[in-house]
Amino acid sequence: MANIELHNVRKSYANGVEAIKGVDLQVADKELIVIVGPSGCGKSTLLRMIAGLETVSSGNLMLDGQIINHLEPAERDIAMVFQNYALYPHMSVFNNMAYGLKNRKVPKTEIEQRVIEAAKILELDQLLDRKPSQLSGGQRQRVAMGRAIVRKPKLFLFDEPLSNLDARLRGQMRIEIKQLQRNLATTAVYVTHDQVEAMTLGDRLIVMNQGKAEQIGTPSELYNKPASLFVAGFLGSPTINVLEGSLGKSGFEAESGHKLDRRKFPYSGKASLAIRPEDLHIVPVGQEDFRLRINMIEELGSETLAIGTVENSAQKLTVRLPKKTSLSEGALLSVKLDYKHSHLFDDHGKRLEPEKVEHRQQYSAIA
Amino acid sequence: MQKAQFHQGVSPYLFVAPQVLIILVFFIWPAGQAIYQSFLLEDAFGLHSEFVGFLNYRDIFSDPEYLDTAVFTLLFAATVTFFSLTIALLLAVQANSVIRGAGSYKTLLMWAYAIAPPAAGLMGNLMFSPLIGDFYALINASGIDFNHHQNGSDAIFVIVLIAVWKQISINFIFFLSGLQGISNSVTEAARIDCPSTIKRFWTITFPLLAPTTFFLLVINTTYAFFDTFGIIDVTTRGGPGASTNTLIYKVYKDGFLGADLGSSSAQSVILMFLVLALTVFQFRFIEKKVHY
Repeated sequence: MANIELHNVRKSYANGVEAIKGVDLQVADKELIVIVGPSGCGKSTLLRMIAGLETVSSGNLMLDGQIINHLEPAERDIAMVFQNYALYPHMSVFNNMAYGLKNRKVPKTEIEQRVIEAAKILELDQLLDRKPSQLSGGQRQRVAMGRAIVRKPKLFLFDEPLSNLDARLRGQMRIEIKQLQRNLATTAVYVTHDQVEAMTLGDRLIVMNQGKAEQIGTPSELYNKPASLFVAGFLGSPTINVLEGSLGKSGFEAESGHKLDRRKFPYSGKASLAIRPEDLHIVPVGQEDFRLRINMIEELGSETLAIGTVENSAQKLTVRLPKKTSLSEGALLSVKLDYKHSHLFDDHGKRLEPEKVEHRQQYSAIA
Repeated sequence: MQKAQFHQGVSPYLFVAPQVLIILVFFIWPAGQAIYQSFLLEDAFGLHSEFVGFLNYRDIFSDPEYLDTAVFTLLFAATVTFFSLTIALLLAVQANSVIRGAGSYKTLLMWAYAIAPPAAGLMGNLMFSPLIGDFYALINASGIDFNHHQNGSDAIFVIVLIAVWKQISINFIFFLSGLQGISNSVTEAARIDCPSTIKRFWTITFPLLAPTTFFLLVINTTYAFFDTFGIIDVTTRGGPGASTNTLIYKVYKDGFLGADLGSSSAQSVILMFLVLALTVFQFRFIEKKVHY
């Protein structure tokens, strides 16, 4: 049982660089929260601050309601899985897992019991006598997990634990980590730069950019209602389409001259419209918002991506098409936007919500 | 495999020749000479020598002074090795955790390595000199009667001090690079797993430094046996009495000062085998505990 709270946590270095510019976060008990962002966004720093490997410059870190800012890592009752596993090379698998328990004066019989139990869960029971150098990457990863599990900590911390594995193993371990975390019902904070990993693993995500939390929410919230252009662009594959243009009374007009969104927004000026490739639809000629000249077709088996340029402009767009199509490169596509799924952002990349028309009408009716 | 690769004429041998020549001239030939000489008895003027078999060896082993020297040398080597390793390790651990000004600490600590043993001996001798030595004045002012020219244990203290000081810098360099070779994340994982800094050092850092420590143990042992000659020769000349006489210094004394080449050669042969045996022992029994 553990919840963790971050209150305006900041990290600045002696040279004046501010790595974390004030992050607020509440992680509920048993929740798996994923910190995701591009390299250099401060996600690992934030995790290391929770672990106690980096000091907190200001703000409060709380574990179960107690401030833990000044506790040593070993006093925080946390366990961490490192990117490069960080196994003790001179110890056997058994001792690697038992080390943390030995230092906490757990009775010998209990240590043995817990390690063997964890080894069974992770299918390491045949490897307990081996040294880390005799293990494969996936096995080392399991030992690192085992070392965290046996401790039965209040909090698991994962620092990009899958990034050194090959793609297949990564997919497999991802599922195992999620199942393990659910079965053990331990609160966990997971750092990754991989948005697929983030979306599939996290109960909630925190998207970081330049030391700040851009948005915190469930994967579907972030995907369907990105709070900023950055979040919209970071999550989703293939990447969301962004059209530059301006918002006025008659809606959004792209730089190419196409009027694309006729909803009303409480904003006017330079703006961006973002739309996911699956929300662009092919329509019969005449009903389109614009026409797209296809430059490239990417067939991925379950779907096909058409990458093209909007006619009479330099605007590039990606359209997701179901399964196989007979389209070829160079063809012209009639494309219509699904307004309901388009996202508008102001000049600073902040999300804009359309004015709620129905409510207005209700009010005016009452009046 | 193409056999043609091996038909290269004499050029490979020519490339190897200088190294082989050096080994032959400076190692094999003198060692052979020493073994040959150790079976001879020569008169004091070097005019006549005669083959005496193992007489020289028998004389040495029945000489109580030689045994004393051997025991002293072993203790001396153990003390010097122990202190130069532990102090260097302590300094390296401290320097490794220094963040600001780390470069200057390291440079200052490495300087002593550039000093030749006789120069170090000379400096030590002057510092503890009853005539002008500051340390001499300091120690005697504090009420201890200290004079390394008269008192055997004081003399031992001085040469151990100089020998250790001289060797710390090289050990420091190796330990420091060893420490820096330990992965950061392993140290961090240990910080999460183990609350006690001291325990962390002995269970994680020290075992991971073992290859370095073992290498330095071998190097320091041979240093204490052989390279301390310069320090002793300048500082105490094996005295007062024979209190700081090491095996290597006795070889020199008996051979070059006492002109007993036969005994001196026999002693050097014994010394050679002693150090060889020690090194073999270190590799056989200590290296097994080293994890590379």
